[in-house]
Amino acid sequence: MATPIKTPGRVAAPGQGGVGDSPLRPDGTLKVAGEFAYSSDLWMDGMLWGATLRSPHPRARIVSIDIGPALATAGVHAVLTHEDVPGNKMFGLDETEDQPVLAIGEVRHQGEPIALVAADHPEIARRAMEKIAIEWEVLEPITDPRAVVADPERLKVQERGGITRHQPVRVGDVDAARAQAEVVVSGEYEVGIQDQAFLGPESGLAVPTEDGGLDMYVSTQWIHNDLMQIAPCLGLAEEQIHMTMAGVGGAFGGREDLSMQIHAGMLALHTGKPVKMSYNRYESFFGHVHRHPAQMRYEYGATKDGKLVYADVEIILDGGAYTSSTQNVTGNAASLGVGPYEIPNIKIDAWGVFTNNPPCGAMRGFGAVQACFAYESMMDKLAAACGITPVQARQRNAVSQGSKLATGQVITAPAPLAEMLARAEAMPLPPAADTTDIRNLPGGASQTTHGEGVVRGVGYGVGIKNICFSEGFDDYSTARVRLEVIGGEATALVHTAAAEVGQGLVTLKAQIARTELGIQRVTIAPADNTIDSAGSSSASRQSYMTGGAVKTASEAVRAELLAMARRKLGHRMDDRGADDLSVVGGKVVSRSAGVLASVEEVLGEDVIEETRKYHHRPTTGMDPVTGQGDSHTQLALCVHRAVVDVDVDLGLVKVVEMAAVQDVGKILNRLSLEGQIHGGSAQGLGLAVMEEIVVTGGLVRNPSFTDYLIPTILDMPPMRLDILENPDPDAPYGLRGAGEPPTLSSTPAVVAAIRDATGKALTRVPVRPEHIIA
Amino acid sequence: MRVNFTVNGSKETVDDVWEGESLLYVLRERMGLPGSKNACEQGECGSCTVYLDGVPACSCLVAAGQVEGREVRTVEGLAQGSTGSDQQLDPVQEAFVEAGAVQCGFCTPGLIVQSHDLINRVPDPSDAEIREALAGNLCRCTGYEKILDAVRLAASRKAAAQ
Repeated sequence: MATPIKTPGRVAAPGQGGVGDSPLRPDGTLKVAGEFAYSSDLWMDGMLWGATLRSPHPRARIVSIDIGPALATAGVHAVLTHEDVPGNKMFGLDETEDQPVLAIGEVRHQGEPIALVAADHPEIARRAMEKIAIEWEVLEPITDPRAVVADPERLKVQERGGITRHQPVRVGDVDAARAQAEVVVSGEYEVGIQDQAFLGPESGLAVPTEDGGLDMYVSTQWIHNDLMQIAPCLGLAEEQIHMTMAGVGGAFGGREDLSMQIHAGMLALHTGKPVKMSYNRYESFFGHVHRHPAQMRYEYGATKDGKLVYADVEIILDGGAYTSSTQNVTGNAASLGVGPYEIPNIKIDAWGVFTNNPPCGAMRGFGAVQACFAYESMMDKLAAACGITPVQARQRNAVSQGSKLATGQVITAPAPLAEMLARAEAMPLPPAADTTDIRNLPGGASQTTHGEGVVRGVGYGVGIKNICFSEGFDDYSTARVRLEVIGGEATALVHTAAAEVGQGLVTLKAQIARTELGIQRVTIAPADNTIDSAGSSSASRQSYMTGGAVKTASEAVRAELLAMARRKLGHRMDDRGADDLSVVGGKVVSRSAGVLASVEEVLGEDVIEETRKYHHRPTTGMDPVTGQGDSHTQLALCVHRAVVDVDVDLGLVKVVEMAAVQDVGKILNRLSLEGQIHGGSAQGLGLAVMEEIVVTGGLVRNPSFTDYLIPTILDMPPMRLDILENPDPDAPYGLRGAGEPPTLSSTPAVVAAIRDATGKALTRVPVRPEHIIA
Repeated sequence: MRVNFTVNGSKETVDDVWEGESLLYVLRERMGLPGSKNACEQGECGSCTVYLDGVPACSCLVAAGQVEGREVRTVEGLAQGSTGSDQQLDPVQEAFVEAGAVQCGFCTPGLIVQSHDLINRVPDPSDAEIREALAGNLCRCTGYEKILDAVRLAASRKAAAQ
């Protein structure tokens, strides 16, 4: 079998730099040269193109399917339906398995896959798909998530009912506290559907092997979880599938669920030929789950000086037709539903429901984003009601080390929220816009006034995010580190199955190996399933978990290197033994005898290889009635201040500046870290003012980058960053996961700033011009 | 159909091109040049930007037949020398890596071609000029701050070299 012309290879980590430095990305040169092998770049002689026929209806019965004319098309090699699924016909994340590989008799959302075509050319496949004749019985879609909560037995998309999960949280006595409250504020809030909008389309290559298995090159966030779902559906043992991570063009949660993996595998097994699939942008909007839209009702009671006494909260998350990760998203929304504030009496009810709206699952921030918009809006309302500033209202209720979350879990690591707020407030404010240049006005070059109606506003937002998987899940990671002399220089090969999705884990793994092994040259092996799981590139967890695994494996290699030095060079040491040996700058050093030898001399022809699994501290589930439990591994805070100019006549917003204060425990790589905070803030800005998948009657109205807008370089303002390092004693190097928190807090900060400028209530994101001029 | 055009300085002939194929498809799937990226294929994201007769264009919006007899330069044609140790990246490419402007990298080839063109036209661009020039290139990872850094760095290096 020919090998693909472009496949992921080992990358040498250039230059120097351990933990705390900012060395260059090992894959950076390939990426800027256009030579990095993304999953849509794969190509093989004789390969076929796969395509997916999808449902035009959000809810309908399939009366009949006729594939005959499609199959008879010249250049078509296969047309497959659910009858051709070799193994299990259902799959799903988190062992729910409620999603058909291909629709069986009915469809539950627009875009649900129905049939597959393999052809010589993508256009032949597309035209063949048009010839598949389906007779439909169209049904009225179930699209109102609040109605499902009210009547889950009648409005059920899934056999088991309308509710995916209901998670209550109960602390104290809200009804009794209501009588004591001097100030009561309430609000209803709504969050639209946000899309991950990663730029690299869902794509990959499946290649049949001689033993009846498959080589799969895919872009995913978690190879092993993909494999657990793929193998049973293809009727193969996991050992028969070799998974290699192809280049990933961004993920943000949208690659946690499977997309084309099983489908390409089916076509490859059926035709005996390599099959490539690559969605276009239109299909991508239907090919992955989105961020859950939310409907939320909040009521807070407080003393007249702004100290919270109770919170009464309802959060409804619309998961669409299949479970995906809705259960865990709902858990996050419940446990983090009132944010990083101390409240003695709490009643939260969070629901994840099934509807025929677009399927929703993981996106950066994972259930914490939606609630954050609501609870931060409430803190501003509280401030206004009590006549204090937004920063004061937050500081008076802020958690700190030792505080209890709504779940009763004690925050054991530093959590200096009040200080972070003070630092955000103290940062200098940007000057007034130079209105002589129209590009500085809201609307930019499209401005139609001279800025007479432009008003400035300032707002704050705070977010708290759980880092690593929660609720009792042991999401361990695995690393193999191999040390040997190659070309006269000690070289470490680091191998994990962890997904590099752009975040810079590939750089960090090399930094950790350098720091722990005291050498410079590190090579990173491609991620695949010849090593055990690394868990998902989700939940801001890979620095913690795979970083922890690489650190632990490197420490084991170092220990063996020093033992080897003792065996081989003991005669050069005095008898104080081995405890004071270390590796520094490529040399094995004894405290008593100084430099003993270079690492190369110690190793000689020998190879040291160690594999280690790394686990975070155990967590517990949430009590199904009270929501109580030590459910989270680590908690991370970010504070944003946003400054906006709003044209109150035109309803246009320009975000002038964003400032972020984030506590990351330990800066491992400042350059990558800043990129995470910038990028996360940009996605939050997008949710605040532009990003929404618009759905009516279960149908998506804007599945393109023409109509679904993400921030451009004109929309994203300059940022000020203030990064704190209060270490978490439980985490490797004291680090705190950093990718998600800025995505939470930037949205409410921007909306608060628009409220400050306009005086409008603005209870829904994204904020649209009509909300401002209404 | 057959299409004859110059790619990265080399005259090429491509056979069996279906009339509906874009320049992007021909580069990626028929010529082994997948550096130009397929993120939206409708001219919104700029990931597929190439020089067409010296002017940046979205190769997804150019029909293959339109390039007959013309000159195309892709991201693969910006560095001097071939892949490997003798490869000398363009200063714009170097600056993108050094400034941290590359995360997932899918938008990077298009941004590099567009930035390369900007610095050729405007050797010392202001921030407003950089933002205007790159407004048609979507990036989902970086929030654009490091991309601005990269363009400023590349411009200063090119100026210093001249």
